[in-house]
Amino acid sequence: MATTTPAAAPAAPATDTPPVDRDTQLALYRQLQRLRLFEERAYKLFMEGLVKGTSHLSLGMEAIAAGVAEAMREGDYTFATYRGHAHTLSRGVPMEGVMAELLGRANGVCGGKGGSMHLTSVEHGVMGSYAIIGAHLPIATGAAWSSQLRGTEQVTACFFGDGATNIGAFHEALNFAKIWDLPVVFVCENNLWMEYTAIADVTAVEHPAADRAASYGMERIIVDGNDPEAVHLEAVRAVDKARAGGGPSMIEALTYRHGGHSRADPGDYRPKEEVEAWLAKDPVPMYRQRLLDQGVDAAELDAIEAQAQEAVDVATEAARNGPVPDIDSAFTDVWADGGSSWRN
Amino acid sequence: MAELITYREAVSRAIAQEMRRDESVVFLGEDVAAAGGVFKATKGLLDEFGGVRVRDTPISEEAILGAAMGAAMTGMRPIAEIMFSDFLATCWDIVAVEIAKTRYMTAGQTNLPLVIRTANGGGLRFGAQHSQAVENWAMMIPGLKVVAPSNPADLIGLFAAAVRSDDPVMFFEQKSLYPTKGEIPDGEIVDELGTAKVVRTGDDVTVVALASMVPRAVDAAERLQSEHGISAEVIDVRSLVPLDTRTILSSVSRTSRLATVEENPRLCGWGAEVVSIAGEECFWDLDAPLTRITTPHIPLPSSDSLEDEVLPSVQRIVETVAKMTG
Repeated sequence: MATTTPAAAPAAPATDTPPVDRDTQLALYRQLQRLRLFEERAYKLFMEGLVKGTSHLSLGMEAIAAGVAEAMREGDYTFATYRGHAHTLSRGVPMEGVMAELLGRANGVCGGKGGSMHLTSVEHGVMGSYAIIGAHLPIATGAAWSSQLRGTEQVTACFFGDGATNIGAFHEALNFAKIWDLPVVFVCENNLWMEYTAIADVTAVEHPAADRAASYGMERIIVDGNDPEAVHLEAVRAVDKARAGGGPSMIEALTYRHGGHSRADPGDYRPKEEVEAWLAKDPVPMYRQRLLDQGVDAAELDAIEAQAQEAVDVATEAARNGPVPDIDSAFTDVWADGGSSWRN
Repeated sequence: MAELITYREAVSRAIAQEMRRDESVVFLGEDVAAAGGVFKATKGLLDEFGGVRVRDTPISEEAILGAAMGAAMTGMRPIAEIMFSDFLATCWDIVAVEIAKTRYMTAGQTNLPLVIRTANGGGLRFGAQHSQAVENWAMMIPGLKVVAPSNPADLIGLFAAAVRSDDPVMFFEQKSLYPTKGEIPDGEIVDELGTAKVVRTGDDVTVVALASMVPRAVDAAERLQSEHGISAEVIDVRSLVPLDTRTILSSVSRTSRLATVEENPRLCGWGAEVVSIAGEECFWDLDAPLTRITTPHIPLPSSDSLEDEVLPSVQRIVETVAKMTG
């Protein structure tokens, strides 16, 4: 049985970054609520059999997507994984289209051809969710190369889990991004568990992303992934650096998934004490309490929560009532001409 | 005024032609810039286009093709070299699972205008890990266009079409053809993907070949005529996806016989698909069994005497086709 020690104390954010202003705080809280309530609904719909196939939730990990998204701007690129609902929504992709995609409906962001693991909305900069571990790190690197070639100052954020740090593509991408000084921010969501195995049991270093980043000439950055402001401040620093031509960064954000790896997995391979310790660090109530302590009106936070709840309800209805895809759509978009023909 | 150039020279001409006309075309790969490529097929490109557009990479095939994919999705038209086609196995995820599927999975939100060019095939005594003919690996994946030219003019024209295509194209250069020569016309050369070419007309049998098997099939056809009085039509497939079945089937319907000449090992070679289509669609026109001439189902040996024995030879083509028409 694997044992996993609770997260080490994260490094303090750099002291020269300004504190998070009130508007940003509220934006972060809005993100947290929307992501949390969406994921809870997605789980419910999966258990009802409406979300078919598989589903990987970010419950407990929302502060990372929120903190990074609030550091990005229009035109920037996001590359996500199969656990990508939060990263997609956090860039402003309408919830209806995301929920409908989970349900395989025609009004989904990919017309039902992508599903939970492949959410994409190019018009929002969400360049895809990739389901082969590590594969999208080189692809994100390529998008960053393209921004550099075109001189656009766009920044690419690339999210992945701790498990991805042991696959070759991770290492190829880090080296590549560094030697070409590419404007990419790699974000490792280290939730301590690689699917069903503790990452510590299968990794040569303590911090699977940050320790390796250092060996590719990047700063060793470890942050509390359950603190949206801490994540945000590191993300701002990395994004600004990339935009200014300073090259790539790696942020390792320590966090924990509240549920299992996928589907209905209860995650009971994890020690009970560890789960409890992390549930006590739930980013959503923790951040609410911090904002209350700083004098934010409870009614304002309640209103944000109510709006998020309503958005999830509306999205759920739009998804439930969405049309199933036309069978003809199975034969479209293999090629640029819109079709699937391979012969004359 | 036509000009005689090598297949090798055609590669750099093709890349240069497209880089001159379109600023979004960039080229990356291992040893492609300063060294001009291990086969010297990309010499001169760094000097003409500079180090931003022609770029040496580390030995990181996933990073090379991932970079090409990410760049293609965001407005560039990258050309990526995989030095030997055998190395595609190290980055096959990016080719088969990422590049080939992303347009479809995203319901057409992403454009993937990229070309992966690679030195493919045997004949140079490189042994089993540097000699494979792997075009059929690519052919079986929906979402990839697959091209393999047999001569310099086709190479330039099909390459131009590949670069200008908004679909990903796997461009297989047969490495034993690099020193071979062919005439090219003056000026810009642009061909069309998905078109086969009848390179020798005939009435008794249709011989369909690809890349280095094309000159062998043509030589065999000459011998079949002179030694056996058999008139063979030779078709250069050129493009496996899209496949020009119209040109192939109309020839087979007329000659009533079909043989494919494939460099790949026997199982699941491209010829299996061609004969299966011919069997389904011109069965009643046929006067002989559909016949495949391939490398046996073995890895390629290194020794020249062994390699020459197992790759389809002119002699083997002549003997096999003569038997079909006997």
